[in-house]
Amino acid sequence: MAEHTHHVVPKRVYFAVFAVLIVLTWVTAWVSTIDLGRLNLVVALSIALFKASLVVFFFMHLAYATKLTKMILFSGIYWLILLLFITMEDIWTRGWMGVPGR
Amino acid sequence: MSTVSHPASALQHHFENAEQQKDASTIGMWVFLVTEIMFFGGLFLAYMVYRQAYPAAFAAASNKTDLWLGAANTTVLIGSSLTMALAVHYASLGRKNLIVLFLSLTLLLGGTFLGVKAVEYHDKWVHHEIPGANFECEGCADAQHATLFFACYFGMTGLHATHMVVGIFIIIFLIVKARKGAYGPEWHTPVEMFGLYWHFVDIVWIFLFPLLYLIDRSGGLKG
Repeated sequence: MAEHTHHVVPKRVYFAVFAVLIVLTWVTAWVSTIDLGRLNLVVALSIALFKASLVVFFFMHLAYATKLTKMILFSGIYWLILLLFITMEDIWTRGWMGVPGR
Repeated sequence: MSTVSHPASALQHHFENAEQQKDASTIGMWVFLVTEIMFFGGLFLAYMVYRQAYPAAFAAASNKTDLWLGAANTTVLIGSSLTMALAVHYASLGRKNLIVLFLSLTLLLGGTFLGVKAVEYHDKWVHHEIPGANFECEGCADAQHATLFFACYFGMTGLHATHMVVGIFIIIFLIVKARKGAYGPEWHTPVEMFGLYWHFVDIVWIFLFPLLYLIDRSGGLKG
């Protein structure tokens, strides 16, 4: 754990992150009222992903965490992706081959 | 058994130094949060599968949520994350009164979020939009499957709100301890670990807000 330091994040970082999060919240709410077709989904989830990253890296100090901590989080996200996408891969492709049962 | 009034003694005998002890706590907390990701992950999966199966019913039902109330509540919750981050900041500086102040503000904002959530739940109750025998979805062509949206809505926001209620009890505990001067620059691990939990709950909401309120707001899938 040699890389670990007792890092005190300057307060202005928190205020800057907070300001970006608030602006993005209202931007994403406003954009949702405009019909962009399929892009509505992409825009809303991209903004959510960016907001979540800001919270993880700055509020939760992941940017200053040990490599082991980072790996634990990324392994969790990796398993979540497996859960969501392997299941959806099944759901999305069931109709393709006319298999009985669907 | 550490006596909290004497921060140096907070080092447990099985750790080499305070830094190792803190790293162990941090890693343990993140492992717990990973299990929480999987816990909520199952609900996100259920939502994805049913939205894929019944897109029109989900779009119609999703438009029953109150967009601006949801955005305002998101703002409140992000505000509570800011005050929580500041509480951890002042804990690491050992500023007792400011720790108590910012934990109290976090408590207040968390309580406000739950209050607004209660108003939204009440609104759903009044409109019979709670899954069950008396379920109605006014203007929904496919009310049978719109009920699945509301099952996801109550399941996901309900589990999220449960986490916040648990969090509120922990904040009260932390405020009581902080007032006694338990946390200082040497040792404030409980405040920091609770901060991770609180921010995690905030992140869950950051994803629930677009999925339940936003993505079907416009477009041609209504009804």
